[in-house]
Amino acid sequence: MAQIFPKWTNRIPTFVAIGTVLIVVSATAFVWYYFSPWYTDVGYAPVQPVPYSHKLHAGDLGIDCRYCHYSVEQSRHANVPPTQVCMNCHKLILPESQKLLPVRESFANNIPIKWTRVHKVGEYAYFDHSAHLRAGVGCVECHGRVDQMDVVHQVKPLSMSWCLDCHRNPDMYLRPTIEVTNMEYVVPPRVEQLKFAEDFRRAHDINPPEDCSACHR
Amino acid sequence: MSTTEYIIGSGEPPLVTGNHTFASVTEHICGIPEGKQPTWWYLAFGGALSLLMVLAGSIGYLIWEGTGIWGLNNPVGWGWAIINFVWWVGIGHAGTLISAILFLLRQRWRTSINRFAEAMTLFAVMCALIFPAIHVGRIWVVYWMFPLPNQMSMWPNFRSPLLWDVFAVSTYFTASLLFWFTGLIPDLATFRDRARTKIKRLIFGFLALGWRGGNRQWRHYELAYLLLAGISTPLVLSVHSVVSTDFAISIIPGWHTTIFPPYFVAGAIFSGFAMVVTLSIIARKLYHLEDFITLNHLEKMNKIMLLTGMMVGYAYSMEFFIAWYSGNIYEQFAFINRATGPYAWAYWIMISCNVLVPQLFWFKNLRRSIPVMFIASILINVGMWFERFVIVVSSLANDFLPSSWDYYSPTIWDILTFIGSFGLFFTLFLLFIRFLPIIAMAEVKGVMPQAKVEHTEVAHE
Repeated sequence: MAQIFPKWTNRIPTFVAIGTVLIVVSATAFVWYYFSPWYTDVGYAPVQPVPYSHKLHAGDLGIDCRYCHYSVEQSRHANVPPTQVCMNCHKLILPESQKLLPVRESFANNIPIKWTRVHKVGEYAYFDHSAHLRAGVGCVECHGRVDQMDVVHQVKPLSMSWCLDCHRNPDMYLRPTIEVTNMEYVVPPRVEQLKFAEDFRRAHDINPPEDCSACHR
Repeated sequence: MSTTEYIIGSGEPPLVTGNHTFASVTEHICGIPEGKQPTWWYLAFGGALSLLMVLAGSIGYLIWEGTGIWGLNNPVGWGWAIINFVWWVGIGHAGTLISAILFLLRQRWRTSINRFAEAMTLFAVMCALIFPAIHVGRIWVVYWMFPLPNQMSMWPNFRSPLLWDVFAVSTYFTASLLFWFTGLIPDLATFRDRARTKIKRLIFGFLALGWRGGNRQWRHYELAYLLLAGISTPLVLSVHSVVSTDFAISIIPGWHTTIFPPYFVAGAIFSGFAMVVTLSIIARKLYHLEDFITLNHLEKMNKIMLLTGMMVGYAYSMEFFIAWYSGNIYEQFAFINRATGPYAWAYWIMISCNVLVPQLFWFKNLRRSIPVMFIASILINVGMWFERFVIVVSSLANDFLPSSWDYYSPTIWDILTFIGSFGLFFTLFLLFIRFLPIIAMAEVKGVMPQAKVEHTEVAHE
């Protein structure tokens, strides 16, 4: 009987085997990186209606985070400041600046500025800023060095596994409550930090929850 | 009967009747897919496809609208979806039992029925797998059932029997598929050699994996087949044991019993054989396979149904005994409620179909009567469906908190999804009949008298 398949088909299994390995590995790597918030979310830097610079205000001028985001210690939300907070200073500082025109208009017409939210957490996830500050988690742990950013961008993926990394092993991310807004706080060497964390967690009863309903209420 | 119709030395009636030769077996079995399909095939296929569309529509609406379209209510959170799942998986037990366990036990009569019993297994398991996949509600995250690393750090709970189910059933499906395919290889090669068009030659040539039928190939093949049978044998017992732990691990009275794994396995084999009998009666009639699937084959399957039917009957009574013996009033209530409560009608359908009907098979003339076994096999599968209904619904509907008791009734969508799953089953089965050998030709030839070369002189008498 004549051969059904030409001779080159003998090589197909080899090619299929190699191809399968390559495809599986590259597809895994592709999904691993490109489908993860490390790629999709990190670096998000929307253009804001006012060219406000955190580097200037929080960095060079050294204004504390809580001067503008004043609800952060009492509330789930770290509020975006109302125009009135800007005008506390800008009534007197650069009152004629063209860049600040939208701020003055907002103030005069009593219409809020439409800031674009940078850090988004799913609506099905409960997050409380005040609880994290009381537990000694610094702003910088999640938001990065905002004091060095002209335009604020997202630094961390804010994914569930990223949340859980800290909830499962919080010790290296804790600091004295007084230091939470300090952007330049240096975590002590590991041994001292672990000692501090142990005492601090006992004193403040800090046991980060890992159950589903902690965040998905 | 002349001596040629007995397998010499065993005293057993012949497994293949009708004075077949090796060539005539090939002609007969290959003729089914090679020839033109009869009119009834097209009618049946049209009907099956229509039902498949019903299934697709019901699933589409379920995904669109959510599980609220089903009849689930507050205490009864598991309804027809889980009943259908267990029922279909149970049916899917006969194939591998026939092909693996009966193979290891040297039950040579299995060769006539193993091919389509295995196909039936695969298709039944596919039907079964639909239900756990769609019952999650948010089907787009169904991959959460698998341990895939992800940016949510989500990991399945390995202490949950629902996860064991995922592994047990998918392992079972994979092993059954491999076993089925391995068995098919020599027959696929026959198809390849007989193929008249290039396309068929290429397809069957590809599937036959270069089978030449040489001595060395047969030696490797039979070893592989034996190994696969060894691997599949524990799976036959483990799959439904694991399915039963979905219930047994929980603390609901009526579910939390240690008898569940063996009781479920016996029930699965019971319903699986009933389905094989139903299908083989139809197939042997329509494709004139009476020479291969003889009355003796059917009688043997009926004996297995009689045995397994009594095993489930024993389990039903033992549940009552243990409930009484435990002294636990909640356990006692669960069972008295089954037999006399709001679902008593379902309980007594179950008892009639599963315990009483198989008793017919004590009588040889009934055991060998095609109409009797056809109706009995269908009733047994009705009964086995009601068994799962009774277990799932009666225990949930009347659980610990009487204030939340409720009566469960299915909606039209429950019913359409279930009916639609038959569409999938029969579509696949009819395609299988249309394109593949429904009897394992190579194996059947091995149990024919001619295969016993040492008795040539007797066989040619």
